[in-house]
Amino acid sequence: MTCDLSRSLLHGYLDGELDPLRAEEFERHLESCSQCIAQLGEQESLRASLQSAQLYERAPAGLSTKIKRQIASAEAESDDQWSWVPIWRWIAVSAAIVVLVAVAYLGGQRILAGRSGVEQAELTEVIDAHVRSLQPGHLTDVASTDQHNVKPWFDGKLDYVPPVRDLAENGFPLVGGRLDVLNGRSVAALVYGRRKHFINVFVWPESGKESLIPATGTRNGYQWIYSRAHGMEFCAISDVSAADLHDLTELLQE
Amino acid sequence: MADVLESGERERFERLVMPHQDAAFNFARWLLRSRADAEDVTQEAMVRAYRFFRGFRGGDARAWLLQIVRNACYTWLEKNRAVDLTTEFDESIHQQHSGNSPEAAAVAANERDHLMRALESLPPRSREVLVLRELEGCSYKEIAAIASVPIGTVMSTLARARERLQQVLSRSTGRAAAGTPVRRDGGAL
Ligand SMILES: [Zn+2]
Repeated sequence: MTCDLSRSLLHGYLDGELDPLRAEEFERHLESCSQCIAQLGEQESLRASLQSAQLYERAPAGLSTKIKRQIASAEAESDDQWSWVPIWRWIAVSAAIVVLVAVAYLGGQRILAGRSGVEQAELTEVIDAHVRSLQPGHLTDVASTDQHNVKPWFDGKLDYVPPVRDLAENGFPLVGGRLDVLNGRSVAALVYGRRKHFINVFVWPESGKESLIPATGTRNGYQWIYSRAHGMEFCAISDVSAADLHDLTELLQE
Repeated sequence: MADVLESGERERFERLVMPHQDAAFNFARWLLRSRADAEDVTQEAMVRAYRFFRGFRGGDARAWLLQIVRNACYTWLEKNRAVDLTTEFDESIHQQHSGNSPEAAAVAANERDHLMRALESLPPRSREVLVLRELEGCSYKEIAAIASVPIGTVMSTLARARERLQQVLSRSTGRAAAGTPVRRDGGAL
């Protein structure tokens, strides 16, 4: 029989992560538990061998140069995307007074662009994922109106459990589910129907960072609602009305 | 004016984030079990980090970067080696994947190779917490942030990972001494 503490608290103790009270408690337990004493010894020697084995692998020489070069060229590329660049050039050959005004204006824009550029990156990924899903054959990885088929499908594919519910009674029949990638991580995409339209609801665990997706808005004819609840972040997107998206998000967060 | 802002941003990135490049590479190398793939993915992740850098509100730059590296690694694994995410390798699969090399015999008894193979045989979610804790020296709080898990589960995840590692090591002790193959790209330190 193994002492339960040897599989839990012992590790917090080993790592110096217990608060003083619990550490003291565990030390008292050690006085009478031979199993934990033995296990602590084993863990300490395992740690010692891991640390003396020089397993840490440093980046190859030259990687940092490659990264710097790619950042510089990525930067040049993203500058080209700003539509004001040609306008700026055009203005530059105009009257001096216009240039002064424009520079003052564009300087301000640039500062604003600092934040909205990142916002755009996150939002663009959501919109792209939605548009991609509407192409034939891309909507769902698991097509089912039954939440008991869709929910287990995500098992083992994600490190969290997305809230999957059929909401046909409320006018949002479940169509299916899909794995998608947003912001570099795999997320659950739940697909709902609304009259003849499809709604994608992306769900992922809260990252702890403030999200850069605005709470609501419209772009390219698509409407989105972004919100958080129960440790999850939700972004619903579709060409249906914002009111519909609100209703669906609220139902999912119940 | 725009250029001044931009070079300031890049300078800040090079000062705050670039020093953690080794951490990024080491983490990717252990998640992907290959130096060559880790180099590609680290580069991609660093560029991505730069793009998101304006969203970085200060604080633990290493944890922030490693979170991005981790996402890039899992995305890469899903695309290129999904089997890594779903299978718990037994050692025979693992040896095939690792390949063989002429120098292998000479260093097979080496403690480092022995531990390396054991660590690599763990599922990625066990492997990552061990690498973050034992090689990178991260606190539980940092591990929670990097691996996007609640801080309350870090201790139990680590406990399970260490238990697994112990099991693999005790199973393979005999064989390692007899000379098992090492991976080709294990590489120099
Ligand atoms: Zn005990």
